Amino acid sequence: MPKPVLLFGYGNLSRGDDALAPLLLEFVETHYDLSDIDLLTDFQLQIEHALDLQNRELVLFIDASIACINAFDFTELQPARDTSYTTHAMSPSAVLAVYRSIHKQAPPPCFLLGIKGESFELGEGLSANAEQNLAEALQFIQGLLDKPDIALWRQLVNHSHAINLENTGVLQDCHA
Amino acid sequence: MYEHLETAENRDSLKRVVVDPVSRVEGHGKVTLLLDENNKVQQARLHIVEFRGFERFIQGRPYWELPVLVQRLCGICPVSHHLAAAKAIDQLVGVDPGNLTTGATKLRRLLHFGQVLQSHALHFFHLSSPDLLFGFESDISKRNIIAVLNDYPDIGVQGVKLRKYGQEVIRMVSGKRIHGSGAIAGGMNKALSKEERDYLLTDIDQIIRWSVDAVALIKKVHCANLPYYDEFATIRSNYLSLIKQDGALELYHGGIRAKTAEGATINDHFDYCRYNELIHEEVRSWTYMKFPYLLSLGKEDGWYRVGPLARVNNCDFINTELAEAARIDFKAHSSEAMVHSTLAFHWARLIELLHCAESIKELLHDAGVLGGELVVQGEKRYEGIGVIEAPRGTLFHHYQIDENDIVTKANLIVSTTSNNMAMNESVRQVAAEYLSGLELTEPLLNNLEVAIRAYDPCLSCATHALGKMPLQVELIDNEGKRIDKLIKHNDGQIERHA
Repeated sequence: MPKPVLLFGYGNLSRGDDALAPLLLEFVETHYDLSDIDLLTDFQLQIEHALDLQNRELVLFIDASIACINAFDFTELQPARDTSYTTHAMSPSAVLAVYRSIHKQAPPPCFLLGIKGESFELGEGLSANAEQNLAEALQFIQGLLDKPDIALWRQLVNHSHAINLENTGVLQDCHA
Repeated sequence: MYEHLETAENRDSLKRVVVDPVSRVEGHGKVTLLLDENNKVQQARLHIVEFRGFERFIQGRPYWELPVLVQRLCGICPVSHHLAAAKAIDQLVGVDPGNLTTGATKLRRLLHFGQVLQSHALHFFHLSSPDLLFGFESDISKRNIIAVLNDYPDIGVQGVKLRKYGQEVIRMVSGKRIHGSGAIAGGMNKALSKEERDYLLTDIDQIIRWSVDAVALIKKVHCANLPYYDEFATIRSNYLSLIKQDGALELYHGGIRAKTAEGATINDHFDYCRYNELIHEEVRSWTYMKFPYLLSLGKEDGWYRVGPLARVNNCDFINTELAEAARIDFKAHSSEAMVHSTLAFHWARLIELLHCAESIKELLHDAGVLGGELVVQGEKRYEGIGVIEAPRGTLFHHYQIDENDIVTKANLIVSTTSNNMAMNESVRQVAAEYLSGLELTEPLLNNLEVAIRAYDPCLSCATHALGKMPLQVELIDNEGKRIDKLIKHNDGQIERHA
């Protein structure tokens, strides 16, 4: 039986800042109680990922994004056709639309944590800016996972504020 | 034929039309069309820029890392790179393909059939079925998987579940959906448990039935408009693929067979470890992509196509019953020895989908996948070559290592590279047919994309980055000045910048 909360990070560990989401999941795996949380990672979103949303109470997609305005953006997702014609990969909203089409019902509440990336070349590590953005996202996600509650998550949508990273140890933990 | 259009004699006086990138194919493709003073197509090139870092990515790494590492080269077919690398490093530990244990060979084949099945399902149902079901020039808002799910719900759901089933085969055999380490130097690291085998058997008959339906669907679509489907972007080419010793279709291991456009055999059961004697790669100044060709035929005539169409054309038969019947049907629709229609790639792809489903069932009923000896070792060698039929075509991995087991040299020929010349030819064919004047129209772009998508090229690989994939079209005159620009955004909106 799937656990009620799904964290789905997608990206490629060997393509620079595309590794942001898998790295965030690696951190979560070693620092959080996962008794109610499933972690899932893949290179890209595909049509069959709609089936992974079934029987969930809350879903968080995590992705590197060059479109982020801030170090990270936190938004609630709605089903939409949007980018599904562009490549082999789909957008999270398109995955939700596939879910709705298959199951004839609304998908579970889904949110997107986009972390700003800027460089995606094969064989590269994280850029300096992406490392900083990841650290801020890790700080933010603590609030989400301490209390995975839809009302709280909705309050945090578009929430963005300066986070004092001093003495948090987040940067060191993430890349240890 | 349209070879005369690739390099125009009066290039300096031509206008350029740039299409960048090609939508719904992976990564960053760009099409450049050079027009003459009469606005007729004189030159057409498909630019692919993403493969130049592959060898550098591999060099300097210990060889035993490669089966996991190379999966990150491609987000769509990581297992194909995984297995090609495993075959190459088998040789580095002194193990030739015939010396792998029976169990390891069967597990690798099962893994590979799962990979090809999920990739073919993704390509057809997600990328191509919207074009084929709604029409190439239909409203862009209709041409996506969600519209298919709405208007053809049974077909759409089958596509999703076929893809999911292939992923489950991969997960059961390799332990993970991605980054799995199923294949290791000299064998496999685990067998299937009885529970895993039984889990996969639960749905396999349904998967086969859906695969049969998919073949019937593509045949119906193709034959409903036969002259158009047989002629659109169609080129006459040589074909290259692996082949089983008895002439059957082969996806995991065999010799190389190459045939001419007329069906005459150029090479047969050629040892792929000597591929350098068979294939050379030409470098051209305008692209990072190389142009492989059969040495015996030369640069001009030796280019070839790989992938589903090549494999189904080249084989004498398919060794599973339903797919063989489908192959016979497929070949019978053409009056020629070889089927050359570029859109027939889709039909051939679904015949292979069916073959994979049938083969998975056979292997799941074979006790060899459940255990026994899985790893063998031999004497260290310093060079290894692994070749496999990836979903998009023949994939070559060639490594050399030093005393410390570090890769000092790597050469990869991916299937998109092998199809490079063919894709250029198909683009030229479409451009010559549909482009006239300075007006870039959406139907023209659609037709270019449909032609390229038939080959299912991996133009980038394994990165996606939200917000990175608009389609850009630029018209540049012979003085380098941009005189028109179209941007097709991810939501399908088109913006013109004069």
